[in-house]
Amino acid sequence: MKIKRKAEKKLEKNLISVRANTVLLIILGLLALVCVLPMILVVIVSFSSEQSIFENGYSFFPSEFSLAAYEYFLKLGDQIFRSYGISLFVTVFGSLFSLTVTAMFAYVLSRPDYRYGRLFTLLLLFTMLFNGGLVPGYMVNTQLLGLRDSVWALIFPMSLNAFYVVVLRTFFKSIPLEIIEAARIDGAGEFRTFAKVVLPLSKPGLATIGLFTVIAYWNDWFLGMLYMFETKNYPIQTLLQSMQNSMEALSQSSSNALEYAEMAKNAPTDSGRMALTVMVVLPVMLAYPFFQKYFVKGLTVGGVKG
Amino acid sequence: MKTGSKTPTAGARKKTRWFYFRKNLPLTVMALPALILMVLFKYLPLSGIILAFKRYNIRDGIFGSAWNGFKNFEYLFRTKDAWIITRNTILYNFAFIVLDLIFAVTLAIILNELRQKRAAKVFQTIFMAPYFMSWVVVSFIAYSLLSVDDGFINRALGLEVTWYSQQAAWPFILIIFQIWKTIGYSTVMYLGAIVGISDDYYEAALMDGATKWQQIRYITLPALRGMMIILTILAIGRIFYADFGLFYQLPRNSGPLFPVTNVIDTYVFRALKENGNIGMAAAANLYQSLVGFILVVTSNFAVRKIDKDSALF
Repeated sequence: MKIKRKAEKKLEKNLISVRANTVLLIILGLLALVCVLPMILVVIVSFSSEQSIFENGYSFFPSEFSLAAYEYFLKLGDQIFRSYGISLFVTVFGSLFSLTVTAMFAYVLSRPDYRYGRLFTLLLLFTMLFNGGLVPGYMVNTQLLGLRDSVWALIFPMSLNAFYVVVLRTFFKSIPLEIIEAARIDGAGEFRTFAKVVLPLSKPGLATIGLFTVIAYWNDWFLGMLYMFETKNYPIQTLLQSMQNSMEALSQSSSNALEYAEMAKNAPTDSGRMALTVMVVLPVMLAYPFFQKYFVKGLTVGGVKG
Repeated sequence: MKTGSKTPTAGARKKTRWFYFRKNLPLTVMALPALILMVLFKYLPLSGIILAFKRYNIRDGIFGSAWNGFKNFEYLFRTKDAWIITRNTILYNFAFIVLDLIFAVTLAIILNELRQKRAAKVFQTIFMAPYFMSWVVVSFIAYSLLSVDDGFINRALGLEVTWYSQQAAWPFILIIFQIWKTIGYSTVMYLGAIVGISDDYYEAALMDGATKWQQIRYITLPALRGMMIILTILAIGRIFYADFGLFYQLPRNSGPLFPVTNVIDTYVFRALKENGNIGMAAAANLYQSLVGFILVVTSNFAVRKIDKDSALF
């Protein structure tokens, strides 16, 4: 204890000078502004009136605030709610499914006494080195597996990430085999051992991989763009993307076509896009401060490979 | 489990494949869902590679369409596009690798040296936020800055630049946004490594009267060297794969920008979904897969020589 305090005292002298510290703080502060201001701009634009945008452009200081964009979505947002629902389902179900499958596979590969471990590891590693790529995958999924316009197309193609299997396998390997043996001697089957002994010991690893998976599913627009031909099946990110050029997508499944035509004339197009952008990132950014500490922990534990 | 299979009893000779299969069955069942996914979504698609050597038409399907040898490749490499997409993919990735390395290491060192640890945490959190946004979202953020009529940049500077058709600007725009989005993530990785360096080194250096610069130069940087080399080599192994979202979403699929924004991944996608030229798309795809394979294996081999534990295999 005494020695440690002494060491701390010594390192105190090793701090950078106050002046250097101030300069660095200013530089970092400026970088942080560059990082954050574009996001704030989008939020402000989403609350600006169309008239204000017409006059001042996308501005940090609009002449008039307005909730028109959000009201518009509430009134005519059938498609938005639908897409939100699709994304929610895909994220929740997809993550649970993906994490379960990945963890089980990683656990099996981590067991030195499993007879086919080497074979399956090779099969897995090969997929990291060589893959057919976009075209063969797309053709097989749409023509042979019937994933066209199916919600499963948003879940299955990205449910097994070989890299995550490798990371989790390393995590499971650090659990002493004796513990697993002990559970077995106590009469627990493989599934029980896995669920009651192995998983609780691997919470940090599972949390990190789980977070990555949740974010990946929520943020995915690519699978939606590839496999969804009808707008009504778009997840929220793909719907947002389709609005780059027009808000037309919203009309597709609006229950009241007449009302839509009426509203479309004075739709808050500019602020509307930004409002949807805000609604799409909001869940992630709200959760972000809470999950980032797990994320950092897992990252630094995992290092390059884990 | 081990002891049972090792004792040489009379029954041991009867321990056939079937015996082992049954003994390992519970674990095999656990692995089964992943194996099925792997077969369906990784191995089955490999059969689709033959499309690169076919003249695809919908009626005859993947396997029924007529063969046309290397025609698709001939067409592909006769176009100017083959050269442009290869050049763009490699040059952009190269720029990303170099800049990411420089900025991430610098930022990590700065954050580590800050006198206020709490402030360092806050900055780290802010820098990493963009990493969790999709490219679609980022494309709208960029649009709020770059739009011709309403964009913040044009309005603030009184310009009327049509950013979405200015070829010369896009190499910079793409690089800025790529760094903007990913730098926080890389910084945290390096910061983790710096925090792991033992204080003893710095104490010893301090006693010898080393300045802060000397400590960074002779302790911190050498300690990070291994990680820098390995991450860089791994990135070089993936230099033939571009981040599709960056190159497709950020320029909003703008035609006039293709010469500076088209990369292999976007080319393949457009050939497949927008032009319906399946054969050509498959050919470009296979070109990427093969060169990518060689690069990944080579880079992994190089990593293995430096640090066995960091290699994939």
